Amino acid sequence: MEFLVIQTLNGLSYGLLLFLLSAGLTLIFSMMGVLNFAHASFYMVGAYFGYQVTKWLGFWPGLVIAPLAVGIIGMLVERYGLRHVHRHGHVAELLFTFGLAYLIEEAVHLVWGRPAVEYNPPPSLDGPLFTVFGSSFPIYRGFMAAVAIAMLVAIYLGLTRTRVGLVIQAALTHPRTVEALGHNVPRVFMLTFGGGSALAALAGAVGGPAFVTDPGMAAAIGPIVFVVVVVGGMGSLAGAFLASLLIGLLQTFSVSLDWSLAGLLRPLGIAPAGGTFLAEVLNLTLAQAAPMLPYLIMVLMLVVRPRGLMGTRET
Amino acid sequence: MLARRLRSLAVAALALAAALPAAAQEVLRIAYVDPLSGPFANTGEGGLKHYQFMADELNRRNAVPGVKFEIVGFDNKVSPQETLNVFKQIVDRGIRYVAQGNSSAVALALSDAVQKHNERNPGKEILYINYAAVDPDLTNSKCHFFHFRFDANSDMKMEALTTELAKNPKIKKVYLINQNYSFGQAVSRAAKADLKRKRSDVEIVGDDLHPLGQVKDFAPYVAKIKAAGADTVITGNWGVDLSLLVKAAREAGLNVTFYTYYAGFAGVATAVGEAGVDRMKQITEWHTNVPSKELERINVEFKKKYNLDWWFLRVHTATNMLAEAMKRAKSSDPVKVAQQLSGMKHQTEFGDVEMRAADHQLIQPLYISTFARSAAKGGPKEVRFDVENTGYGFRTDVRIEPYVSAQPTSCQMKRPGK
Repeated sequence: MEFLVIQTLNGLSYGLLLFLLSAGLTLIFSMMGVLNFAHASFYMVGAYFGYQVTKWLGFWPGLVIAPLAVGIIGMLVERYGLRHVHRHGHVAELLFTFGLAYLIEEAVHLVWGRPAVEYNPPPSLDGPLFTVFGSSFPIYRGFMAAVAIAMLVAIYLGLTRTRVGLVIQAALTHPRTVEALGHNVPRVFMLTFGGGSALAALAGAVGGPAFVTDPGMAAAIGPIVFVVVVVGGMGSLAGAFLASLLIGLLQTFSVSLDWSLAGLLRPLGIAPAGGTFLAEVLNLTLAQAAPMLPYLIMVLMLVVRPRGLMGTRET
Repeated sequence: MLARRLRSLAVAALALAAALPAAAQEVLRIAYVDPLSGPFANTGEGGLKHYQFMADELNRRNAVPGVKFEIVGFDNKVSPQETLNVFKQIVDRGIRYVAQGNSSAVALALSDAVQKHNERNPGKEILYINYAAVDPDLTNSKCHFFHFRFDANSDMKMEALTTELAKNPKIKKVYLINQNYSFGQAVSRAAKADLKRKRSDVEIVGDDLHPLGQVKDFAPYVAKIKAAGADTVITGNWGVDLSLLVKAAREAGLNVTFYTYYAGFAGVATAVGEAGVDRMKQITEWHTNVPSKELERINVEFKKKYNLDWWFLRVHTATNMLAEAMKRAKSSDPVKVAQQLSGMKHQTEFGDVEMRAADHQLIQPLYISTFARSAAKGGPKEVRFDVENTGYGFRTDVRIEPYVSAQPTSCQMKRPGK
């Protein structure tokens, strides 16, 4: 029971961070049809900006300044880079964001060096939030979850209750009509890309202290974010939310289960001989396969239901 | 076409002209093959800096008259496949010395490639300096004449570690968590075998293997360790896999002692901070607070130059032994150098070491040390140097003499005739 509660909390808080990360990506994709490979890089830059501002001004200003600064960078990238590449179609856009990811990684190397930087939670967020059955749940994880939920509510209200939000939503299904109605779609694109980048940066500024802030963090987190977006459904915010929680919980729980195929077969009286290849495969536990599971789900999802859990487009 | 050929001729002539005055000085290139990008970039980059620093040292001292050392970095992204591609480049560029250390999976692929290359290309042999890959197989079933390991292998370290661990009666329940590849599996295997032999009353309450460099959130593993009621964790994790593990343990308030191989390197001290004091131990061939004149100077200069701590004593030992072997062989030909290195005894400030001829495994003293506050931060006064500017460093618990950790070998080495 104790174990179940702790692991559920761990899974939920990790899932919420994943959501924070993938919200921006799915927003950009739904709006502009751009699969932004540099998204995880904005996450990393957000963490480094957060670290730098924390050194100068403190943690809380960093939490505000880092997303704003990265948001502005995102807008500049859209205005002076992506917009020109856009003419040449999706492949060019993909390649552009791909190159951008490398560029950002090298820039981070140059400015902050290759070793990890010391980016820790502020003292007010360091320590246990509450204790269940003798295990403490860190305040910082609770804080991460709170930020993610606040973000979800803000994005939801922003998209459904504001004018810009309505335009963005309309552009998701009828981009040409929206343009014909006289909306400055390029500017909306720029804002969306900036906003998506800012969300990634916020995730970085929050996630950096929780994990490790080093130049490898973008490469480490990049693939899983794509899994969340694909499983949730390209462009669906609610889908991304569901998929994040699902993957967070799935990964957490599969780690703790030492089940294997061999264990399943044992009651049937089948025991593979030790040392053989078959035995090694059958003895692979779920815990060992845990980090692979999200990718497996992604592949299955693409086969069975390509538009994802809640996606609207069959692309 | 003709113009291009003419131009390349002119370039070649120029290069020749430039090379002529320095003909007496041979440039000896060592290919450094380790991750220089991706999640383990900082680990690989740290090693590269160590080698570059040592090359400068040897050149300044003119350690091998007429030979100028130069390190060429190659990025293998810790992938065995990528390493084989890189190895082709190294061969094409005519580099005869290769240094590699990160990941035994890579080392096994590289060692095999080196062996095959040397068999098929007599006169173009390549010598492999393994400074950190510690899978025991490399000096046992997979050993060969041109592979030299300067780090104690994982069985040796585990032997030393468990000898110390067995003396502590408070240890009752041990949890093993390792990276799922040849090295991590070797650590887990040796820990189980050694503990059974030395302390059969110690219970192994968990034995986890997780993928290398893929886990972002270790909180679930920590919850599992806690649920198992472990008082001690043994892990061979390195780089980001260790930093994240100890960080998650700190946050969940996990009250265990960590016995590690790599706590002093690549961001771990930064990640663990105060929570690691007295709770995190490491086994290494050396650490910055083992008193030493030469290494102290190097550590200070290294830090000034690259803002990194000196961590690999074995890079110092390996490059010095290599230089010594070249001097004795009066040649930089890898075959002659290898013949000198094989069985070579070498004096370090920490005692004599020997490159055992039977398997080319360096037999050296080891140190077990504990994470502590530095003297400047009110810790014990022997902790003079901290790591990563954290205010925490390592304090020696015990020195393990070479004979304690030395293991028998099953290596059957074919040696080239003299």
